[in-house]
Amino acid sequence: MRTFEAFFLRRFCLPNCPSRTYIRNEGVVMHALALHQTTVGKKVIIAITGVIMFGFLIGHTLGNLQIFMGPEKINAYSEFLHHTASLLWGTRVVLLGAISLHIYFSMSLARQNSAARPIAYKARKDQATNYAARTMVWSGPIIAAFIVYHLAHLTAHVTPNYTMSETNVYDNLVYGFQIPWLASFYIFCQLLLGTHLFHGVWSFMQSLGINHPRYNNLRRIIAAAVTGIIVVGNISIPLAIMAGVVKPSAELVRADDPTAGPHDQLGRETME
Amino acid sequence: MSGNSGKTMHIKLQVWRQKNAQEKGAFVTYDVSDVSPDMSFLEMLDVLNERLIHKGEAPIAFDHDCREGICGMCGLMINGVAHGPMAATTTCQLHMRSFKDGDELIIEPWRARAFPVLRDLVVDRAAFDRIIQAGGYVSVRTGTARDANETRIAKQDADAAFDAAACIGCGACVAACPNGSASLFTAAKISHLGHLPQGQPERMRRARNMIAQHDKEGFGACSNHRECEAVCPKQISIANIAMMNRDVIRATTIAEDDKQTSGGGM
Repeated sequence: MRTFEAFFLRRFCLPNCPSRTYIRNEGVVMHALALHQTTVGKKVIIAITGVIMFGFLIGHTLGNLQIFMGPEKINAYSEFLHHTASLLWGTRVVLLGAISLHIYFSMSLARQNSAARPIAYKARKDQATNYAARTMVWSGPIIAAFIVYHLAHLTAHVTPNYTMSETNVYDNLVYGFQIPWLASFYIFCQLLLGTHLFHGVWSFMQSLGINHPRYNNLRRIIAAAVTGIIVVGNISIPLAIMAGVVKPSAELVRADDPTAGPHDQLGRETME
Repeated sequence: MSGNSGKTMHIKLQVWRQKNAQEKGAFVTYDVSDVSPDMSFLEMLDVLNERLIHKGEAPIAFDHDCREGICGMCGLMINGVAHGPMAATTTCQLHMRSFKDGDELIIEPWRARAFPVLRDLVVDRAAFDRIIQAGGYVSVRTGTARDANETRIAKQDADAAFDAAACIGCGACVAACPNGSASLFTAAKISHLGHLPQGQPERMRRARNMIAQHDKEGFGACSNHRECEAVCPKQISIANIAMMNRDVIRATTIAEDDKQTSGGGM
């Protein structure tokens, strides 16, 4: 077998061909494809970049939830990030790279996929797929648009029209989410992110070949659980602000109303 | 399930009629009366064809061969489901008792760029043959037959290989996939051989070449919708797709050539 193969390669392989071109299949020239040139490879890249962004999302959500621990905690966290340039810019560069590849290869596959069935069925009944999986190509671009808006809002401070502080990210967030349309938009996008992650987290395991009969059920559970934590965690912030549970820090300081309970130095009610 | 022997059904069909690969097709409606619930789906079409021939009309062309669910020739999209409503059943093994009297059924050919319609409900599945030609085989020295159990294979590997080898290549996976992907077919063929010691020497080259041919044929990519698994008459698992993915990843990155992988396990 090996001898046959060696003979074949010696006989037909073009000398010094970097892509190891050889002739097989009755004259069909087959190039050894690189990973990213195959549908499987494109999906693998989408999966890996997805995992990177997913990892960031977990950290980002945990960071966000510090808002419930009061302004000084989350502001200190923000200051820490801004004073650790390597971490901040390292993360930004990695994420920019990940999202670029994720979008590029998703678009490439989406084109390939729609070209694969030029004539649609008159009747088609889904048997196994779900809403999240079917809408990946829609939830993706909307989330991308959300990310642009989110950065314009809380990083670049260009929208919406209220005074943004460079140091008090707590107030930036609270004043923002007191605007109902803004809070609703964030909540809507988080729900879409939830559907994207629900399919994506399960799907990346399959695409990367992580499959074992004993743990396959676990993949869905992990996807649902982690998605749930991220979505509920992030949505709880605008909800808490709209409900008035989380108040602007200035208001907290001014809360020296004698009828209110005892407060700490930042004006928050303390347990007693 | 309705109807029993003795009673007959009346079925209304909307069938895709297309003269040849070049001409445009359209749906034609047929009323089929006196359908026995015991007929297979293809027998019902046979009856309709007999009547069409009797009237001087062209019969509906559809693929079929063994009519016992093992050859992979038949395959129709029935009311939006590949091979119809019965799970793990080919079209020929589907019986009219799965439908109700008065049902209206839409019958379409497999729809995929790589499966052009040749006539009516017949599609050209030569793309599958070319995927097999690209690597779905093992190269062996011919000569004296070897002893049957000379190469010992663990039970679990033999079972996994057999489960994948059950693929009859009917194309329902492609038909059902929202992306028109042949991932399940290609994966079944790759992992069938990949589970066995005989498949190891060419394993990396097989994965690389078969996925390259799959893509070249114009099939879409796997988006993990699991529609293929749901309609597969042989219940091929998408675990095979995961295994194919592992093989393709290895074959296109770390594996220099098949030297490194020959004789390896799973």
